[in-house]
Amino acid sequence: MVDKRGLEVSVAIGEAVKLADADVIAAYPITPQTHIVENLAQLVADGELDAEFIPVESEHSAMSACLGSAATGARTFTATAGQGLELMHEVLYVASSMRLPIVMTVANRALSAPLSVWGDHSDVMSVRDTGWIQIFTENGQEVVDNVLCAFRIAEDHRVLLPVMIHLDGFHLSHMIEAMFFPEQGEVDQFLPPNNYPLPLDPNKPVTMGDFGPPAIYSEAKWAQEVNIRASRDVILQCWQEFGDRFGRHYSPVEHYRTEDAKVLLLTMGSFSETAATAVDEMRSEGKNVGLVKLRLWRPFPFDEIRQAVKGAEVLIVLDRALSFGGPGGPVCSEIKSALYQQEKSPKVVSFVGGLGGRDIQVADFKEIVERGTEIAEKGSSREFEMFGVRGE
Amino acid sequence: MAKSESELTWQDIEVGMIATEPANARQYQTGTWRSQRPTYNFDRCIKCGLCYIYCPEGCIYQNAKGHFETNLFYCKGCGICAQECPTRAITMAEEEE
Repeated sequence: MVDKRGLEVSVAIGEAVKLADADVIAAYPITPQTHIVENLAQLVADGELDAEFIPVESEHSAMSACLGSAATGARTFTATAGQGLELMHEVLYVASSMRLPIVMTVANRALSAPLSVWGDHSDVMSVRDTGWIQIFTENGQEVVDNVLCAFRIAEDHRVLLPVMIHLDGFHLSHMIEAMFFPEQGEVDQFLPPNNYPLPLDPNKPVTMGDFGPPAIYSEAKWAQEVNIRASRDVILQCWQEFGDRFGRHYSPVEHYRTEDAKVLLLTMGSFSETAATAVDEMRSEGKNVGLVKLRLWRPFPFDEIRQAVKGAEVLIVLDRALSFGGPGGPVCSEIKSALYQQEKSPKVVSFVGGLGGRDIQVADFKEIVERGTEIAEKGSSREFEMFGVRGE
Repeated sequence: MAKSESELTWQDIEVGMIATEPANARQYQTGTWRSQRPTYNFDRCIKCGLCYIYCPEGCIYQNAKGHFETNLFYCKGCGICAQECPTRAITMAEEEE
């Protein structure tokens, strides 16, 4: 029997974590936290989820508690957003470098100042290089599915890395959607118990987070780099098996009406759905436009991106974050670098928009495509376009 | 651990650089930090052991004749032993290249 329910996406994440039977949830419960941990606290208090819920005193402590929990071999989950992710920053590197399989959902939000709790990707981009596997999601179903996948990927002995699932703050975290939930037995078959290879155990003591002098630090970092790159195969395998079991398929880069498209839009997160609607409208107007959606942010899918845009003349990337004084959109910057050595690649045009919760609607996407195509033809004196900003 | 840390390759490192053997800090040669080394005039040494007590590195030992000496693999050359020696039996000398 299929369990289909309409829930707020944040609440649905709690249901997914319950299905994954998490052992420990450590979280800071105050702004900019979402209903994700509120619901989990309720599930634990009501005895529906047999887990330790640790309400810590800050996000820095939340991630630190997760380190300790994961190190004992407990299935560990936390959630944060925006400023909270910033406060975790230092400990994020420790989690990935110590190879601790923690799963975290991040309701992506803008960073202050001016004070903003609304959605954009400023927080994601600030943690780009922390060594976590990072997956963007487009709707509630994708979040639920990928939370289940995240535990399996993180805990796989070929991976042993923390995983962030990104969902757009408000545009996704606070939406009520209809979602399918697999049955407990199905999840138990898909997600084997966590079996961390070297857990903290008084009978077999180990030292974790030891210091690494210059003689060994480079080797440790290279091992980590090789490991996160290799995680790609496990992620693909996990998505494949998830698709086989549950009928919903995921891939690092997804295509929408890209066949023979001369102009491609590239988006991440929930804006991809609006962009898809815009593509439909433009196609019906006879315009040769397609959409590429970036799902896997780390490890970066170089080959899939090159494959996806090959044959297009113009590629327009919409970033929801700004690299001040730099190339503009951080995602576009990486796309450009992935294409730089290619013999033939489309002209890449960078747009930054949708900052701090500003909506980008179907008509806006059409305007972006129009202006982007024009810039690709005529050139521009600017590194990137700031979409929708008022003033000359 | 069979290899010292300067010989380990990235493949040799345990997951997350977890140390599975206790006391592997013994392999860490802090003696390379030293710019001065303690030298001894054992004729003056009264075997009081004050240098042994004050050494922050815990690397001073008593030799067969009962005099106190330092293990240069670990000695960082801080000079506290020379400072504390009541009979001036210890003198710090510059390390040569």
